Amino acid sequence: METYRLTVNGQPKEVTVNSGTPLLWVLRDELKMTGTKYGCGIAACGACTVHLAGVATRSCIVPVSLIGDRPIVTIEGIDQDPVGLLVQEAWVSEDVVQCGYCQSGQIMGAVALLKSTPKPTDTNIEESMGGNICRCGTYPRIRQAIKTASRQLVMKAQK
Amino acid sequence: MTAAIGTANDLLLGRRSFIRASATVAGGMLISLHLDLPLTAEEAAQTKSQTYPPDAFVHITPDGKIIIQVNRLEFGQGVHTSLPLILADELDADWSHVVAQLAPAADVYKDPVYGIQMVGGSGSIAHSFQQYRELGAKTRAMLIAAAADQWKVQANECRTEASVVRGPGGRSATYADLADAAAHMPVPETVPLKNSGDFRLVGKKTRRLDSRPKCNGSLKFGLDLDLPGMQVALVAHPPTFGASPKSVDDKEARSIPGVADIFEIPTVSKGTAVTVVADKFWTAKQARDLLKIEWDFTGVERADSQQLWTKYKELARTPGNVAVASGDEKAMDGIPAINRIVAEYEFPYLAHSPMEPLNTTIRFDGDRAEVWAGSQFQTFDQAAIAEVLALKPDQVTFHTEMAGGGFGRRAVPDSHVQREAAAIAKRFRGTPVKLVWTREDDVQGGYYRPMHAHRVEIGIGADGLPLAWRHVVVGQSITAGTPFTPMTIKNGVDETAVEGTADTHYKIPNFHVSAHHPVVNVPVLWWRSVGHTHNAFVMETLIDELATRAKTDPIAYRRKLLKADAKKLRGALDLMEEKSAAWRTKLPKGHAVGFSCHEAFGTGVACAVDVSIENKRPKIHRVTVAVDLGMAVNPLTIESQFQAGVAFGVSQLMAKGAITLKDGRVEQRNFDGYTPPYIIDAPVAVDVHIVPNAEKPSGCGEPPVPVISPAVVNALSQLTGKRYRTLPLASV
Repeated sequence: METYRLTVNGQPKEVTVNSGTPLLWVLRDELKMTGTKYGCGIAACGACTVHLAGVATRSCIVPVSLIGDRPIVTIEGIDQDPVGLLVQEAWVSEDVVQCGYCQSGQIMGAVALLKSTPKPTDTNIEESMGGNICRCGTYPRIRQAIKTASRQLVMKAQK
Repeated sequence: MTAAIGTANDLLLGRRSFIRASATVAGGMLISLHLDLPLTAEEAAQTKSQTYPPDAFVHITPDGKIIIQVNRLEFGQGVHTSLPLILADELDADWSHVVAQLAPAADVYKDPVYGIQMVGGSGSIAHSFQQYRELGAKTRAMLIAAAADQWKVQANECRTEASVVRGPGGRSATYADLADAAAHMPVPETVPLKNSGDFRLVGKKTRRLDSRPKCNGSLKFGLDLDLPGMQVALVAHPPTFGASPKSVDDKEARSIPGVADIFEIPTVSKGTAVTVVADKFWTAKQARDLLKIEWDFTGVERADSQQLWTKYKELARTPGNVAVASGDEKAMDGIPAINRIVAEYEFPYLAHSPMEPLNTTIRFDGDRAEVWAGSQFQTFDQAAIAEVLALKPDQVTFHTEMAGGGFGRRAVPDSHVQREAAAIAKRFRGTPVKLVWTREDDVQGGYYRPMHAHRVEIGIGADGLPLAWRHVVVGQSITAGTPFTPMTIKNGVDETAVEGTADTHYKIPNFHVSAHHPVVNVPVLWWRSVGHTHNAFVMETLIDELATRAKTDPIAYRRKLLKADAKKLRGALDLMEEKSAAWRTKLPKGHAVGFSCHEAFGTGVACAVDVSIENKRPKIHRVTVAVDLGMAVNPLTIESQFQAGVAFGVSQLMAKGAITLKDGRVEQRNFDGYTPPYIIDAPVAVDVHIVPNAEKPSGCGEPPVPVISPAVVNALSQLTGKRYRTLPLASV
């Protein structure tokens, strides 16, 4: 067992765990932050997506020992980011969710996309969101919500 | 699944349910349903000992909240919004005051048609529409009665809107203010319901109530549950259903700090599994990975997909038990060979793989137990847990947890997950234990959509329409050996295996459908839209082939062949044809349009798809869907269910969209081997159009699924000239 100091959503956190423990389970079981979801454990579904130093990352395969001082942002903190808040609001206004289980990961993926590409094409969306499974199949509305958020982002930038 | 369940249904129908109103200790009004004359003394005892308010449907709180209980699981399909919406409309409640809650397991929350508490058969709105309307209307009548009483006016002088009763002379009172008095008013026997023109919520697009907490990570699914002192259990299941350990070496596993215990538990498949209980998921996972188990396969059938295909195809060459035999069985013999088609189809096992892995938490306290589970079958799961713990069902408090998808996987007649969880919790008296199935457990754990072989022989008449049709379906029965058997198995045919064919809406003069149900050591289960998944594929690809052969427009051909009474399908076809016309007539080069129509669970659906081939796979650019499901309660839910449901249906076409077995072992382990559609595989855009219809509503959860796969391969056939009869779809 080792002690790690992490920065999660701007807050300092300290956990004492086995060095191989994936970030996903540090968040869920140690920090009791269950917004980040377990779906497959092999980085094949994207339900566990968080931002690690701003990069969309599958937390289920990142051992806590490899995080170092990179800040972590999860779904619980994404509304602190202006793009994150826009995306969340677009998700609500477009009524995207069904079961909702994958949507934390989808939103984290969409925020990362829009931060790097504020006006994504369909191909950009497919590439960036390509590893996130929504078993309900809400993909058409996910595309819609990303475009809605993009429009608002561009409008805001023009103001 | 379309039938009601005999025994359980009788239980409910044998009694009269009525509404009871009461004041609560904290103030406010509680509208409950309860059942008179319990059938047995045992049940009478149950009713008395219930402490949890088990029967409330509406609770108007002193601060004006209107809390409405949802009598079934929410797992994406939208009942958590739509059922309260129906009640709130009749109640004239202010929608912004409405709070929806998932009801625990209790008799009053049983589906009024099926007689058990469940989600299935796309029946939530169809079965509970009237029930929720009446509850809303009666509550409203009592609030009006209370106001009229206070104001010394006649009830018919009062009207309601947005949680306020208004009376003559400008008098008004909020529902919250009236709730205490209303709770003491007599419950009206009958109340008039609104005319459809008076609906304020029904028929209007209403956003989901559970959207925001699902977008900010605050919504707790069953898997997110955290209770003081809770332990987490993982189970090492036998690699072949029904096997048991010959030897278990758990020395290394036990050495991991945090492991509480490792022990054997029975499986429903009559085998034995090994469970690890630990303080946390990751501890349990590491420990399970370190178990060294040698398995004993003695006397266990080792199912093998290749061998099963050989057997199934052989069986398909002979008629099975007869589902339908109409017209002249010998008609085929009079049709020349040149006018006959023989088509053989293969459909693999499919896993549901809901995104939230299966889980159940139980705390066993000796004489009681408390359960938290996202269950589609609360009644069965509660009873199964009670049985394992040697309790009565009423001693098991069963909380319905929000579930991350299900698609049938949480509607398991044998309650195998709950039985496992109970067997584990029994050893940890007083400690809540959360059983978690990992994704690997889920992919390899059985309860699949059964594999099927179909063999169809069609004799074509001079008019190009099918004159004779002989159809053999081969596949395991889903309902054999379950409480559903009496209602679903007739003449040795499981109707869930032939639904969509035996009850086709096409008129075929000489029509013969039969089925074989081999018994195989692989547990099977309903997978969203059940038999329609394969039957619609067979019917709609063959009809398309016949239309092509007859050189007739595929929509016109279907219209010609549909029975006169196929009103919903005709309406859907017409609307689909109209709404897709603009894009169909100017398809880019390399694109083709494919059609299908199918009625399932009382809902008629037609679709047109725009498909091209990219990287040897179908690329679905656009889908136009038209649907007739009677009255559209929440058109936004319907639109969403269809947009996403067709994407779910694409699962059947995925290159890695099959569960296969070799020598008794499932060959896929996780999403790398069994792959649901990603965004690139799903339709880019889906436009949904609803046929106006004021008749009673039918469902929208399952009907989107059957139409998409046949429509896509019908488009592919246009592009390649080939026919596609084996799923999953190999490279195009």
